[in-house]
Parts: sequence; C-alpha cells; structure tokens
Amino acid sequence: MEDPVRASLDHCVKCTICETACPVAQVTPLFPGPKYEGPQAERFRQPGASADHSVDYCSGCGICSQVCPHGVKIAEINSRARAAYKAEVGAPLRDRVLARPGVTGPMGSPVAPVVNRVMANGPARWVLERAVGLHHSAPVPPYAPRSFQRWARSHRRGAGVHPDGRSVVYFHGCSTNWFEPDLGRMVVAVLERNGVQVRVPDQGCCGLPLQSNGLFEPARRTLRHLAHDLAAGGGDEPVVASSSSCGLMLKREGREILGLADEDLRAMGERTYDICEFLLDLHDQGALDTDFRRLPLRVLYHAPCQQRGHAMGTPALDLLRLVPGMEVVESAGGCCGIAGTYGLKKEKYGIAMAVGEPLFEQVRTGNPDVVACDGETCRWQITAASDHSSVHPVALLFWAYGLEL
Amino acid sequence: MSDDGEIVVVGAGMAGLVAALRLAEAGRRARILAKGFGATHLSGATIDVLGYTPAPVMSPAGALPAFVAEHPDHPYARVGAGVVEEAVGWLKGHLTDPRYVGDLGRNFLLPTAAGVCKPAAVAPQTMAAGDLRGGGPYAIVGLPGLKDFYPSLVAGNLALATTPAGTAVGARAVEVDLSPGGRVDAGPLGYARRFEDPRFRADFAAALQGRLAADEVLGVPAVLGLAGAEQAWEELEARVERPIFEIPTLPPSVPGLRMFTVLMAAARRAGARVVIGAEVVGVETDGYRVRGVWSGTANGRRFYPTAALVLATGGWAAGGLVMDSHRVVREPVLGLPVTGADDGAARFLPGYLDHHPLATAGIAVDRWLRPVDARGAVLYDNVRVAGATLAGAEPWKEKSGDGISVATGYHAAMSVLTEEG
Repeated sequence: MEDPVRASLDHCVKCTICETACPVAQVTPLFPGPKYEGPQAERFRQPGASADHSVDYCSGCGICSQVCPHGVKIAEINSRARAAYKAEVGAPLRDRVLARPGVTGPMGSPVAPVVNRVMANGPARWVLERAVGLHHSAPVPPYAPRSFQRWARSHRRGAGVHPDGRSVVYFHGCSTNWFEPDLGRMVVAVLERNGVQVRVPDQGCCGLPLQSNGLFEPARRTLRHLAHDLAAGGGDEPVVASSSSCGLMLKREGREILGLADEDLRAMGERTYDICEFLLDLHDQGALDTDFRRLPLRVLYHAPCQQRGHAMGTPALDLLRLVPGMEVVESAGGCCGIAGTYGLKKEKYGIAMAVGEPLFEQVRTGNPDVVACDGETCRWQITAASDHSSVHPVALLFWAYGLEL
Repeated sequence: MSDDGEIVVVGAGMAGLVAALRLAEAGRRARILAKGFGATHLSGATIDVLGYTPAPVMSPAGALPAFVAEHPDHPYARVGAGVVEEAVGWLKGHLTDPRYVGDLGRNFLLPTAAGVCKPAAVAPQTMAAGDLRGGGPYAIVGLPGLKDFYPSLVAGNLALATTPAGTAVGARAVEVDLSPGGRVDAGPLGYARRFEDPRFRADFAAALQGRLAADEVLGVPAVLGLAGAEQAWEELEARVERPIFEIPTLPPSVPGLRMFTVLMAAARRAGARVVIGAEVVGVETDGYRVRGVWSGTANGRRFYPTAALVLATGGWAAGGLVMDSHRVVREPVLGLPVTGADDGAARFLPGYLDHHPLATAGIAVDRWLRPVDARGAVLYDNVRVAGATLAGAEPWKEKSGDGISVATGYHAAMSVLTEEG
C-alpha cells in the first residue's frame, strides 16, 4: 500500500479512543463508530465491493482522526469509503443539489425574495421534505438580496491601506457570498483596519459539500477551479479564509481526502490561513491594531470540529480576549451536529439535533449575549436549535473596532 | 523562568493533564499539545500507587520509604514519598463525578474483569464496595452481549481467592435478560449511555428482583453512565438494596473516560489551552533551554514559544519512546538519551513476563525532573519529564502507573512554579 492515508490503518491498535470521541455513534446505532467503519471495515473493502451503507451515517466531522494517538486517518478513510459507496449506488438528487452551492447560489440569489418566502413557509417545507428529503425544520438561511461578490467588485480600497503594504487574497466561500455578505464586508474592513490590502478575485465553491456527499470527481474539479480562480492576477500572497471548513479544504482535505497531488494546490494550501489565525499572527508580530473599544458582552465561543481540524489552537479565543469588557467562555467542545449538509437531510436531522444537544444545552443554560463560532452551518444550527444569536468571531472584532457597514 | 510566558505540556494523558491543570490553577498560562488522546481512555481509573514490591503491599504510605531506598532510580525516588502522597490527595480533590475514596494508608483490593483483585490506593466510590477484604459474597452480573465481560470468569476466579485475613470468598455469576433488540452498541460506551436513562436503570433493577441472596454484594461492569455516574450508582444501590461496585472493563474504559472528562474540563476552566491532533514535530533550543516547539498543523507547522516544557508523551506504547526496525532507540520530541535501552537491545525474550531491560528504560531525570545525561548533568534547564516516559519503573508489575503519572505530573508543575520563586 503506497497511499499513506490507507496505509495509516496499519497503525491502528484498536484502542477504541476514536469510538469514545465520535459524536454520531454516541447518539445512533445506525453508525457503528469510526474504528469499525474505518480501519476495521477498510481491510475488507475491495474495488467495486463497498462494505456497508452505514458509512453514509458518518458526518465527516473529523474528530476521530484528531484524537487518534497513532495517526490513523480514520475520517479520511471513511470519506473515501463513502465516495466509493456513492459511486456504486448513486447519490440522490437532493444530495447532488445540496452539494453545489456554487450552482444554486447564482440561481437562487436573483430571485431571493421568492426562494426565501418558500423556505420560510411551513407547508412548503413539508412538501420539500416529502419530495426531496430536505428536513422541514433544517436550518436553511435566507439568500441575501445582494451577493458579496457584487459588493466587492465596487469596493474601493479602505483609507489607511498602503498599496505597497501587506496584501492577501480573500477566499470568502459560498455562504459569505450568497447568505452572509455582511460577514465578508466585516472581514475586509477588519483586515483593512490593520493596513492589509484585500484582493477578492471572482471565485466559486471549494468542493467541500461535494466531497462530504461522496461526489469526489466533481469535488476535485471544483477545488482545482477555485485554486485557479484564487491564483488569478496575483502572486503568492497569503490566502485568508473566513469559513473554517472551506479553508481546511485548501489546507489539507483536497490532498488527504480527494487525493489531489497538484503542486500549485499544495503550495496554495501552505499559504492558506484561517482569518483568526492570520489576525493572531499579526498580533504576535505586533502588527494588530488592539485599539478596541469596550464591548461588555458575554460570549460563548465554540470551535467547530473543522476548525479544530486545522490543529492551530483557538486563535479566535485569543483575539476575543483582547477586547476590553468582553467575557469569553469556551464551549466544552462537542459537535453541533450539522456537519455542513448532513443535518439538513430528512433521515439525519434527528441525529444531528441529538449530537448537538449537549452544546445547545450549554448555550441555553449559559445564556450568553451571543455565540461566536467560525463555521457558518454550525452558527445556523446553533441559532436554530438554541434560539441564541451567533456570529463569526470577526464580527465581534469589527464591532470592537467601532467600525460600521 | 521569571517571565510570564506560556508553558507547553506535550501529551494529554494522565501526567500531561495533571501538569497542565496544576499549572493553570496556579495562574500560569498552560497549553497542552497532543498528537491525540492518551491512555486515560484505556485505564481502569483507579489510582494505583504501589501494589507489589514484589511482595503484596497493604499500605503504600508504609511501603514507600523502603521502596524508594531500594530503587534509587525509580520516579518515586526522584520526587520523594511525600510528594506522591500530596499529589494523590490533590488529584482526589479534583475528581468529583464520581468522587474518589481511599488514601495511601491502605490499598483496596478491587476485582478486575479477570476476577483477580488489584491493589489500588484510591478508587472511584462506585468501585469501593468490591474490596476483597469485605469477602463478598459476590454476585457478578453480566449484560447481554457486552463484549469482553464474562461474569462466570470473574466469579469463578473470585471464588478461588481468599481474603487477606484468610477466609474463603463466595462468588457466583448472574445473567440478566435485558435484550435490547434491534441494532445496538453492546460495548461499554453503548451501555453507559443507556444507564444514564433512569428508565433503563429501573429495568435493570427489576430484572434482578428476587435473583440475589440477602447478603450478596453486587458487582457490575463499569458502565453505569458517563455523566452523572455517581447519581446513577447511588440510585441503583437504593433500588437493589445492597452495595454495588463497578468492575473496569476492557477498552473503551468508561471510568477512564469519566476521569479524563473531569480533568480536561477542570484544566480548561482554569484557563489551559488544549490542541489535540497537534503532534510536536520540532523544538527550538537556546543552549540549555527550549525556546519553543513546532507542532504539526493541517498545512504545515506552528510555533509555540514556551517558558518551560513538560514532556508527558508516554512510553513505548504511546510513542513517547521509540525503537525502529534497526533497534535504534530514541525519544522523538527532544532527542533525549534513553537510559537502559542500548541501541541493538533485544526486543524479544523467551518468557512473556521475564524481566526485560526495555521495561525500565526511559528518560533519566534529576530530582526536579529535568532530563540528565549518563553523567547526571542536566540537559535542559526548563524541561520537565513526567509519566511513563521516565526511566526506572515497571508499573505493570508494581501497580504504580497512575501513581507515577500523578506524582511526576504534579511535581513537574510544582518544579516549574517554584523555580520562578
């Protein structure tokens, strides 16, 4: 076995540590756990003979690989097994649509008022659930009236940003573009406040939803396309991502899960930063403006599973603690359950809600003014399930700078 | 170490957790960097301090002074018997769900899943009633389909034992019919989650109705819930109207997971940062001090400056000590010399339980747990080594593994703190 991901299963000593950490296996017998599904079942998998439909119940959170003390790439093995399974049995229309926000975005955004009214309509959501299997209560955000890209094209460089100074490429991701353009504007404003020039090339999806739905071939094409778009017209500036899960696609998952060995993709992955990681690095270099105004908020910070997958610590937590008056508590870990598109599906919505319940309970009892979280689908899930508002950590920095949109 | 810099603890097992918690509660910024979770998840979660010297130890506190004198290279000799007692007492104060009982004055003799009694100084309250000195009689109950837990094996071996006072021990196995039906996880974790449900506990108690003799003590696999175990245990004792004790299972260990959860939460609450999945891949040194460590990230590596470094990476099984296919031994983080394991040393001996030189191999340290070379000279002033990485112990024979991890993790933290004086 030359493939290092698959070969890593030989390091499994069956210690079961991954089993204790898997959020899905804790709440449903439909997923037998990462060890059984991963290093154990993998030994029996042959090309054209997929092991078990239960692999589709893996949410792809990646916690198993993080906690494995022996370096077994459990989540990566399972993602690949899911792709092989989907290649055999086919993916439902719903999954193929959910997996393409880069396609549905341009279709939905121009008719946002109509789509948003349908998605907020109870009976219509029941019809959708019956027709395509999108759970009627699943948190689906409304389309923004104007995409982030449209704003960015007409945006003039902020005052105080020197054209010869530090510059970055902003990888905003689909959710910022179609659903949360204000977050993109805040990211740009916070970077510019720190004298960083922000370039926003036209860009598509990173392919993560395709990958997590087991559709590897289109995922590879999509990721390659993104890398090409982000590189266009630039040199080798850092790429800064405000979606922790999409950023991880560039950093690692394209390589380790999709098996892409492209040199330019690897190089881009190495200069990719999560936005909070980038800002904390600025701070470590003494280059972050820490002239924050007092913001007396009680904040619960939750690091999403994919954020933890960066293995970069919790830079958001360190940044928020620079803001005077802000009282920041870290969540006790755990997963919110949504895992991108997983918790939107009729057959998995209940599992996702059960996975997230300890976190939702922590939000309800802690009753913070706001939840800060780096992942967009996690924010939507937490807000829908706990009835507390949630924001990206950068939004809090934006307000603490006294900036306005 | 007078600056207020961060202190990196490498490893998230017992020694690393103890060191990080002790540092954080003393107000220092502590950061755990770990490749993954440690052996707590595999541990029976009793605090075994000293069980055999090789003679059976009734009182660790009583036996430690002579043991330390006879084993000058043992980790206990480095930290001193007083620190062992202080550290275990400190840990006990942190273990809240379930609470822990006992002290170094007297060992419990607690039944294992093989039905052999293991000496442990401190144990979860949920296990204490199994103490062999009570003499039973034991009723050992199994759960349908629970993997690697055989009540007849436990009871059969217990029935062969005698109490320390020499009286015979009564033991028998009981199976309950709680057929879960359908597709369920019949492992320890699956059962632990079901025992968190009061209805399941009621069903369990009902299934035992009329099955037990009046004087029998009930032994159950250690699966009485992950969170709220103490409450579940108390409620069950009331329902079956007799003492109940948990018996640790094969991994995953529910009591070990409880202990890990409590300690990790305490460390985080005290302000410790934790990065899991972050293998330390390099260090920067400044002569005799470590300035910082590099840890692997999703796309490269990240540098963490550190005022001091606590190395708690475990032993051979955990990867804290490594031997390659050419039988070259090394300590992978700092490249410290491994005492007692010459390159080319035999890996296999004819008898499984023979004394093996690798068993006591590890990192030699001074009394502040700083790594030293063969001549006893300190290699790094601001490094402390704790837990199974240390040379000089045979924990599986001595039944001292938890005690060593707790005492040296604690002492490593205290040593860092006091040096700043």
